[in-house]
Amino acid sequence: MQKTVKQEMMALAGDQAVAYAAKQSDVDVVAAYPITPQTIIVEKFSEYVADGEVETEFVCVESEHSAMAASIAASATGARAFTATASAGLALMHEMLFVASGCRVPVVMAVANRALSAPLNIHGDHSDSMAQRDSGWIQLYAENAQEAYDSIIQSFRIAENLGVLLPVMVGLDGFTLSHTLENVEALPDEVVKEFVGVRKFATVLTHEGKTVPFRLDPDNPMTMGPIALQNYYFEFKRQQEEAMKNALDVVQQVNSEYAKISGRSYGDGLVEAYRLEDADVAAVCLGSTSGTMKTVVDGLRQDGVKAGLLRLRTFRPLPVEAVRSALANVKAVAVMDKCMSFGGNGGPVFHEIRHVLYEAANRPYVVNYIYGLGGRDSSPVELRSIYENLQGILRAGRVETPIQYLGLRG
Amino acid sequence: MTSQEWKFTAKDIAAKPDLFLSGHRACAGCGPATVLRLIMKATRGPTIVTEATGCMEVVSSIYPYTSWGVPWLHTAFETSAANASGIEAALKMMKKKGRLTQEHVDVIAFAGDGGTYDIGIQALSGAVERGHDFLFVLYDNEAYMNTGIQRSGGTPHGAATTTSPAGKVVPGKLEYKKPIADIMVAHGLEYAATASPYYWKDMLVKVRKGLEVEGPAFLHVFAPCPRGWRSDPAKSIEYSKLAVETCVFPVWEAVNGEYSLSTPSKLLALAPQKKKPVAEYLKGQGRFRHLFKQQGKPVLDEIQRVTDERWERLLKKCGETPKTA
Repeated sequence: MQKTVKQEMMALAGDQAVAYAAKQSDVDVVAAYPITPQTIIVEKFSEYVADGEVETEFVCVESEHSAMAASIAASATGARAFTATASAGLALMHEMLFVASGCRVPVVMAVANRALSAPLNIHGDHSDSMAQRDSGWIQLYAENAQEAYDSIIQSFRIAENLGVLLPVMVGLDGFTLSHTLENVEALPDEVVKEFVGVRKFATVLTHEGKTVPFRLDPDNPMTMGPIALQNYYFEFKRQQEEAMKNALDVVQQVNSEYAKISGRSYGDGLVEAYRLEDADVAAVCLGSTSGTMKTVVDGLRQDGVKAGLLRLRTFRPLPVEAVRSALANVKAVAVMDKCMSFGGNGGPVFHEIRHVLYEAANRPYVVNYIYGLGGRDSSPVELRSIYENLQGILRAGRVETPIQYLGLRG
Repeated sequence: MTSQEWKFTAKDIAAKPDLFLSGHRACAGCGPATVLRLIMKATRGPTIVTEATGCMEVVSSIYPYTSWGVPWLHTAFETSAANASGIEAALKMMKKKGRLTQEHVDVIAFAGDGGTYDIGIQALSGAVERGHDFLFVLYDNEAYMNTGIQRSGGTPHGAATTTSPAGKVVPGKLEYKKPIADIMVAHGLEYAATASPYYWKDMLVKVRKGLEVEGPAFLHVFAPCPRGWRSDPAKSIEYSKLAVETCVFPVWEAVNGEYSLSTPSKLLALAPQKKKPVAEYLKGQGRFRHLFKQQGKPVLDEIQRVTDERWERLLKKCGETPKTA
């Protein structure tokens, strides 16, 4: 195995780690608008610009809608574009997220996950990015600041892969990760620069019959973002699905390639299995919760409970095979959602995991835990009760309450 | 070529290849299509165009066909100016990093009245405030024509649209056109102007001036829509002339906030007797038909009064002494 490079230990909050990763990734254009808890990212990046530490055009736009439009346009022109947002900002971008994926621009965006109004709440949950799950973006969720840093760097490689060419959003839990100081190992600048490389372009056939790089270039005029009607629209959309499938491989490749230089990997890049090999009961979660959950699992193991955890690092594309095989021998599964799908009979992650398990050879019991909305803390004791409930289900041989709310008053 | 070097003669224009190409799906007599074709003749070199959702976007880019001889990007309705920001920022940094083959690339953002006065004004205001180097061209056909003639902030007083119909108690649109070009001048940009395609040479020189400015420039172009105005498709250019001659749509420019009348309007300032009554412009347009019935008279008078008032105000801004006819 190749020797990993020497890295610098830094004390960074998640937002700072994200800004630092973007700084090292040879980004040409950052167009962003401030919103809690993403603000530190744009503030840090503005400082890099002010101090001449980056070669980046920083476009301090007047809204998130324009942030995404400018990012799409910059990327279409040929630049490497990065932005960051949260909550209402992501919701305001909604229209443009579909345009980004439809235009096949490899924009990378950090989302400091935060609850949606009303009532107004600035704290962490996944309502914002889950509401964008069908927007055609690849979605990664980080467990800690280190992973936020690593994932941003990796995302440029994933997004710009010519078999993918899709935008990527990296979720980091608001405040829990965005504002909490952690030890982060940072790669040297030149190593990151080499890892992300210079952006490559797919070649396409223009209306003039020339094969040219897919970007807005006056030497090779191309019409981007056209109108496509009943006769072509459907094919455009089907191609995006194909790109998502390709992303399943690319996320894994980039994860292992990155591991070679950094010594860090996140499962296979798609999912991270923790003590699942012989587990009877397991939880599925994403984001920072998995850090606490691993401690809870360790405690249960000490008490003789065969408990495990599956962390979904990649939510889009949904790693169907990886999830099914990781949970193949588990008898009862609790799926955790930091988001609600009102009237939808459970949260979005629950829907999808249960959908994956429908075709499992040994279909386990599956329950849903909705937790942590608006940043409500979930204590290790509460999280442990999830496993205790799963044990009860196994003893009773049936599920009494398929959808539960953790730590909810009344 | 600077605006001085290029003469903007009919011969020059005919010799220059089209960049907005034929084969698009615009209606017969479409003002905006004529405007776009002419404007693209005034480009001075490598150019990227971005366009808001709207008539011209739809008629020019039906996949797998295109009418664009330059790189062209559409993302959404309200994003023309935001797109221009992103393109300009990308060009700047790519040039700095040696990843651009051209020495300079001009950026033109097109939008209709909906994409400028209404849904696009925030992005436009932001982009101009930030000082991006681009030319924003508003082709104003005075309503949401692409979706079926709904009123916009650019629809004139008294006009009937499908969302401001002339009914038994409401005589068409009650509100007046937002003074969009003045709003842009108030942003402190270096160059803003209004133009009419009848005075094509004036319009093309203004396009070139807008491109030559290093920073944002704004051009408001009058662009009749026979379908939406319920007017004769053969008369679109005639209406472009009448709008100026009646002072409904005066042509002027503001350089660093200093207003001056362009020749066609200047001549009217010098010879007010040549200024035509607004009725000459309004009659024949189906959208104003109801104003020529008996109960429409007060609205017609009101339009004349407000047109005169706005004209007088403009004359003052241009340092012209108002003369009575």
